[in-house]
Amino acid sequence: MSRYLRLSGLEPFTLTPDIPFVNIGERTNVTGSARFRKMIVARDYAAALDVARDQVENGAQILDINMDEGLIDSQAAMVAFLNLLAAEPDIARVPVMIDSSKWEVIEAGLKCVQGKPVVNSISLKEGEEIFRHHAALCLAYGAAVVVMAFDEEGQADSFARKTGICARAYRILVEEIGFPPEDIIFDPNVFAVATGIEEHDNYGVDFIEATRWIRQNLPHAHVSGGVSNLSFSFRGNEPVRAAMHAVFLYHAIRAGMDMGIVNAGQLVVYDQIDPELREACEDVVLNRVPKAGGTATERMLEVAEKFRGGAREEKTRDLAWRDWPVEKRLEHALVNGITEFIEADTEAARLLAERPLHVIEGPLMAGMNVVGDLFGAGKMFLPQVVKSARVMKQAVAVLLPYMDAEKAARGGEGRETAGKILMATVKGDVHDIGKNIVGVVLACNNYEIVDLGVMVPPQKILEVARAEKVDAIGLSGLITPSLDEMVHLAAEMEREGFDIPLLIGGATTSKVHTAVKIAPAYSRGQAVYVLDASRAVGVVGALLSPTQKAGYQAQIREDYAQIAARHARDEAAKVRLPLAAARANALRLDWSGYAVPAPQVFGPRVIDDWDLAEVARFIDWTPFFHAWELKGVYPRIFEDSEKGEAARALFADAQAMLAQIIAERWFTPRAVVGFWPANAQGDDIRLYTDETRAEDLATFFTLRQQTGKREGRPNVALADFVAPAGTVPDYLGGFVVTAGPEEAEIAARFEAANDHYSAIMVKALADRFAEAMAEALHQRVRREYWGYAPEESFAPDQLVGEPYRGIRPAPGYPAQPDHTEKLTLFRLLDAEAATGVTLTESMAMWPGSSVSGLYIGHPEAYYFGLARIEQDQAADYAARKGMALTEVQRWLAPVLGSAAPAAASVAA
Amino acid sequence: MLTQTLPRSTAFAALEALARDRILILDGAMGTQIQQLGLSEADFLGRGSGCACRHATDHPQKGNNDLLVLTQPQAIEEIHFRYAMAGADIVETNTFSATTIAQADYGLEGAVFDLNAAGARVARAAMDRAEATDGRRRFVAGAVGPTNRTASLSPDVNDPGYRAVTFDDLRTAYGQQVRGLIAGGADILLIETIFDTLNAKAAIFACFEAFAERGERLPVMISGTITDASGRTLSGQTPTAFWHSVAHARPFTVGLNCALGASAMRPHLAELAGVAPCAICAYPNAGLPNAFGQYDETPDQTAAQVAEFAREGLVNVVGGCCGTTPDHIRAIAAAVKPFPPRALS
Repeated sequence: MSRYLRLSGLEPFTLTPDIPFVNIGERTNVTGSARFRKMIVARDYAAALDVARDQVENGAQILDINMDEGLIDSQAAMVAFLNLLAAEPDIARVPVMIDSSKWEVIEAGLKCVQGKPVVNSISLKEGEEIFRHHAALCLAYGAAVVVMAFDEEGQADSFARKTGICARAYRILVEEIGFPPEDIIFDPNVFAVATGIEEHDNYGVDFIEATRWIRQNLPHAHVSGGVSNLSFSFRGNEPVRAAMHAVFLYHAIRAGMDMGIVNAGQLVVYDQIDPELREACEDVVLNRVPKAGGTATERMLEVAEKFRGGAREEKTRDLAWRDWPVEKRLEHALVNGITEFIEADTEAARLLAERPLHVIEGPLMAGMNVVGDLFGAGKMFLPQVVKSARVMKQAVAVLLPYMDAEKAARGGEGRETAGKILMATVKGDVHDIGKNIVGVVLACNNYEIVDLGVMVPPQKILEVARAEKVDAIGLSGLITPSLDEMVHLAAEMEREGFDIPLLIGGATTSKVHTAVKIAPAYSRGQAVYVLDASRAVGVVGALLSPTQKAGYQAQIREDYAQIAARHARDEAAKVRLPLAAARANALRLDWSGYAVPAPQVFGPRVIDDWDLAEVARFIDWTPFFHAWELKGVYPRIFEDSEKGEAARALFADAQAMLAQIIAERWFTPRAVVGFWPANAQGDDIRLYTDETRAEDLATFFTLRQQTGKREGRPNVALADFVAPAGTVPDYLGGFVVTAGPEEAEIAARFEAANDHYSAIMVKALADRFAEAMAEALHQRVRREYWGYAPEESFAPDQLVGEPYRGIRPAPGYPAQPDHTEKLTLFRLLDAEAATGVTLTESMAMWPGSSVSGLYIGHPEAYYFGLARIEQDQAADYAARKGMALTEVQRWLAPVLGSAAPAAASVAA
Repeated sequence: MLTQTLPRSTAFAALEALARDRILILDGAMGTQIQQLGLSEADFLGRGSGCACRHATDHPQKGNNDLLVLTQPQAIEEIHFRYAMAGADIVETNTFSATTIAQADYGLEGAVFDLNAAGARVARAAMDRAEATDGRRRFVAGAVGPTNRTASLSPDVNDPGYRAVTFDDLRTAYGQQVRGLIAGGADILLIETIFDTLNAKAAIFACFEAFAERGERLPVMISGTITDASGRTLSGQTPTAFWHSVAHARPFTVGLNCALGASAMRPHLAELAGVAPCAICAYPNAGLPNAFGQYDETPDQTAAQVAEFAREGLVNVVGGCCGTTPDHIRAIAAAVKPFPPRALS
């Protein structure tokens, strides 16, 4: 029997010599796929399983599963996902690679798979003892292992270190433990080359030669690696990166590398690389002196410029399309979002057409249909579609005066649309980026949009809906109280006899909430959850189609009934502790010897000397791309084979507007910050008037987790992170920041100019500014205002993962979902006078691009989600806070368990 | 430390040498033999046998066959002896359900170490008697059953992520069983009737732990069961995938037992024989049960089919599972005698 690597899922996999290279997919890896990470964080395992299924259907031979995400319990996620995966025979047929940097996560995963998996990874990093221990367990669990070339001194970078460490690991595995050598996969570390640092020049050669050495000297062992690191210094230059990877793999595979993690979308065929580029790649990968002289890196940089996004540049520079017939020119302008010639082209089309309306119904709609089809097929992305809409609007603006004149002359007919949709952000809520995007996308698909804006009371929505005879209503909301507003509106629609579809969207909404709370309130019509703008057209189309409506609605109702039933079952099955038991399991930090410096400033201090350029350095761009429905992590999103181009174009536009915002001071950011002597008392945080701590100033009330926890995990409340009264002096801070009220006005100006793209852009950027201000201010707080970390030296882009000490939880968000705590914060800071930010009746902050929160300084403080709490805590909280129980129940409705679970189960 | 570098037990070397020389014979069903004794609740409790049950429980014990090694040891020893004299080289202990998980139904979780140690001792006594009679060396295989729970399948169709038993539960339960069997003198550990490979992996893990404590490796036999026309285990694996999952045990044999009888077993056995470098073991049922749950295949009928395995060169160890008797084993031993064992590398 030959010594091949033999793995299994439900079916076997054998790495035979006729398989030259196994490409391991990393789409079920939270560190490699932002989309997957989002699903896992949201516990959307159904979608996550679809990703896995998709990979298997597309030929993945091994599924790499990684749950190393700071926000979640990685071990629980690994177990949950592997158990669910085991129930899907079409996915479970292939072996898994259990991938984690934490041994506990790996071991938990090993206990879930009946097949033979691969462990990724173990190493000598923590010494031989731990290595032996982990390796022995892998053997007893029946797994193959990836061994990183990593030892007590660090990652191996040279040929000598790589081969030395691998040989040492091999000897321990094979001789001491009896590990089958064919089950060992070495990862000798792919590092970036052509970085400009001379010591890096030989990294490619070191890997390839170490690979050759391993295959020749460590019998039966395999070699794997993560290839994308190699071209790290050419981020953003996709064609060059793909070429470098192809050249590297060509040589590494010939040297014996037989597995690897490679982005399949980033691969090109070695033979088809431009010879000049290929030679430059070989020079850097193989560390050769270029024929043309100079260093390989210099040569690569030269050549790289030439090949940077080659195709895209040609598209914008090439004006050949200007010679096409006018209909084709309009289509081209729409698909590519080019406004430059649209007015002249529309005018030319009008002159050729019998009536101005025919230009819209003819070439313009034809062009928008192409856009709609490309978007539906996933070949265009949202920012591109919004740009197309801008072109369309500007074209229609050219035609409108002629149509009005014609109408006046003939008393003529209007234009046929696919339907009329009312869009509104509900009462008390101010967020509208998502709603505007949905409106634009629907408008592109020939729907007429009646946009009522933000903070729209229910009666206004229903009045307009009746007066305008709309065909559907779309509601949006971002903060939790908006959920209740939506339920209320649904009930009102029922009462007033409406039967038109009600679309639900926005960040806090969900399919479960829609199914459980909103849809049942509106039985005459159909409430339906719309995940994002790309789904809106399909949903509205089906609900307004006379032929599809009945079937589609029946399908939604069945789906929602199932979701509601599952939700009820899940709720019943969840173990939640009585409040007293949860308190008994509170987090108890050791306060003896804890000392935190007193803040440099107390009371409110206004900060209005913001340097916009400085703030911009603190922007975390990943959520910006999410706002545009481009799911990916900045800057890696630029390399995405599908979305990369759209992301780069969007980013370029954002940078251009950002430069303008800074140069022309579009925003007037303001902030207020304050600190108070504070101590915890039970689940409350008491603030004192001064350091004597004799007189109470105010109290922040916090809520405690009541979910049943695993042994050793506390039921935490924010108060646990503040020193209890009678221990040591502690402090609490608070802040409100805003990018300023200008964004709304600027956005309105863009809209008036038919430029929705820029209107959405300015709002998305204002949001980023507010978040960036919060991040920048927090750093200033740590270094200066509170000053507990004066030496902290993280650069702005290092702050994304929140590596620093202390947290800034916001009232209304997962750790403390009660939005009304903002009232205390605003009062203490006199925030309205200081910043101009006001609170709506739902406790949303106006203007929308504002952020508030508390500062907690303990090094062990962390962000957590409260999850569901019970009625006993609601009653206790109401008593502490001096608020009516019904009020508390209303504000906490989204997190509150049902009043009488026993009765519910009897009814079922 | 859990390793594969421990020395092998002397029985291991002896078995491997024997298995190269001829086809070894495993025994047949225990359950059918016990049924024929027609034991009452009082018999199960050992009243009157002089070996009354020392483990207090409120549960009725009739049907708890594993308990008989404590309460009717002579009867069990006699069954083992009859199989040995019918030609068996290896007999299985009467401990198929002697884990805390399976004994929970009888309230005898506290008795599992005793059950396994006594089960091995009773079998050993019978083998010593047989060896004294005909001078042929016999081996005791400690039977490790699958338990009545599955670690990789959910019993709740509405909740596919749920598990009624975890790997660690099984590892702990199997650990107690394996230690008891070794303490009682088992030469071999036989992990059998595997319908969920993850359960078997927990048993293998427990063996690794027990061997590390003991400082030597005992031979392990691994036997899956395929009851499905799809040719897969209950938990969905193909025979080759199953082999890849358990190969790390470096077993003395891998094979199949129970299920739909010998002829239905043949293609899956052939697949295993094609991929596994170790010895191959097969012990099928005496055909399919009839409407009354009884097995109708005569000794000659079963033996003829098992002899086919031998003629094709697929097997190193053969025996019988449900419905087989000492007569079946005698017939099987005679039928495979002319054929050499499957060649081992």
